[in-house]
Amino acid sequence: MKTYQCIVCSFIYDEAAGMPDHGIALGTRWADVPADWECPDCGVAKADFEMVEI
Amino acid sequence: MAQPAGAPIVIIGSGLGGFTVAREFRKLDKTTPLVVMSRDHAGFYSKPMLSNALAGNKSAAALVMKPADKMALETNASVRANAHVASIDIAAQTIALEGGEVLAYRDLVLALGADALRLPLEGNAADLVLSVNDLDDYARFTDRLAGVKTVAILGGGLIGCEFANDLLHRGITATVIDLADRPLSRLLPEAASAHLRQRLEAAGVRFCFNVAASAVYRADAGFELLLSDDSRLQADLVLSAIGLRPRTALAHAAGIEVNRGIVTNRMLATSAPHVFAVGDCAEVAGHNLPYVMPLMQQARALAATLAGTPTSVVYPAMPVMVKTPACATVVCPPPMTAQGEWHVSHTEDGCDARFVGPDGSLLGFALLGAATAQKQTLAAQVKGLLG
Repeated sequence: MKTYQCIVCSFIYDEAAGMPDHGIALGTRWADVPADWECPDCGVAKADFEMVEI
Repeated sequence: MAQPAGAPIVIIGSGLGGFTVAREFRKLDKTTPLVVMSRDHAGFYSKPMLSNALAGNKSAAALVMKPADKMALETNASVRANAHVASIDIAAQTIALEGGEVLAYRDLVLALGADALRLPLEGNAADLVLSVNDLDDYARFTDRLAGVKTVAILGGGLIGCEFANDLLHRGITATVIDLADRPLSRLLPEAASAHLRQRLEAAGVRFCFNVAASAVYRADAGFELLLSDDSRLQADLVLSAIGLRPRTALAHAAGIEVNRGIVTNRMLATSAPHVFAVGDCAEVAGHNLPYVMPLMQQARALAATLAGTPTSVVYPAMPVMVKTPACATVVCPPPMTAQGEWHVSHTEDGCDARFVGPDGSLLGFALLGAATAQKQTLAAQVKGLLG
């Protein structure tokens, strides 16, 4: 499982945790997050997220 | 006079506004020539991160996510670093650079940003007061932090509170000075401000409310501030964070309508044909909102328009995250003119404040502590500013 960070506001998407509040189940791989998903904190598009090394 | 086919779309500004328009436009149109003019190195960085970068021990260089050449490749644009635009000729559809070069545009996007407001200060060190409004400012700021133990921050709004919190990560005590009687006085109801203040104070931030700085002098090792109540305060460094003023001069000189910001309609169009404005410099349908989420909405609408599908910007409810880790805070301010009142419930580690109109509708909210988990649920209930 990996984590991805928003390039604008540093919001982190953690695949293990998913985002149940947004209808994204636990363990949802980043590749499976819908393309029209936007950062919940700043609205940046999924395409503009970056992978974070952990 | 229309420009012949082939003139590029020119974006002035390489901040979040300029580069987001470029990125969004390229998702829709791969071929129309695009030029991005930048006053600085033209590397891509996120301005909102400047006020919480010390926590991650980030240097200015580390905040540059993509240098200019990578942005040029990614957006298939000509990215011009250190390019200063001197004037716009809206009749000829050209811009002139300092140095004389003239460039034609098919469409022009003003993404000029905003300047840091500065208080008129007396004293022999007034010129040494810093503000952090771009990456170069941040580099100067971090260079000056070596050995610093105390920082006086002018302004207890969003940016002032964020820097005060961030400095704690360097073991630096900030004293926040504001003429208001509480932090984030324009965004939060009193009870929420009180909670934020308490949490920041517990973490080590100090506040001086109901006063303004009137003068800054050199002192032995740093600075001495004279406050409006005649008290004095010592600090190793002074940072000003009292607000922003949209950059309108270039547009105004070209005869484009400006008010608080560069005036646009919901299509992001200014009063001049083929000239658009986005981000902190723009006043869109009467609103100047210097936050990221409105900028994203604007950039997407404008990108669609420039790609041939005229599109009005839509603003859903747009909560603002306050980056104060000592007290998680999110606020969705009610419209300035809204009728209603705040209903505040206190929680174990924060509060849940809702601004409710006479008809019972939710018009805004402020959530602190664990209550921030309600953000999405509440945002879905609030009517957007531009529906």
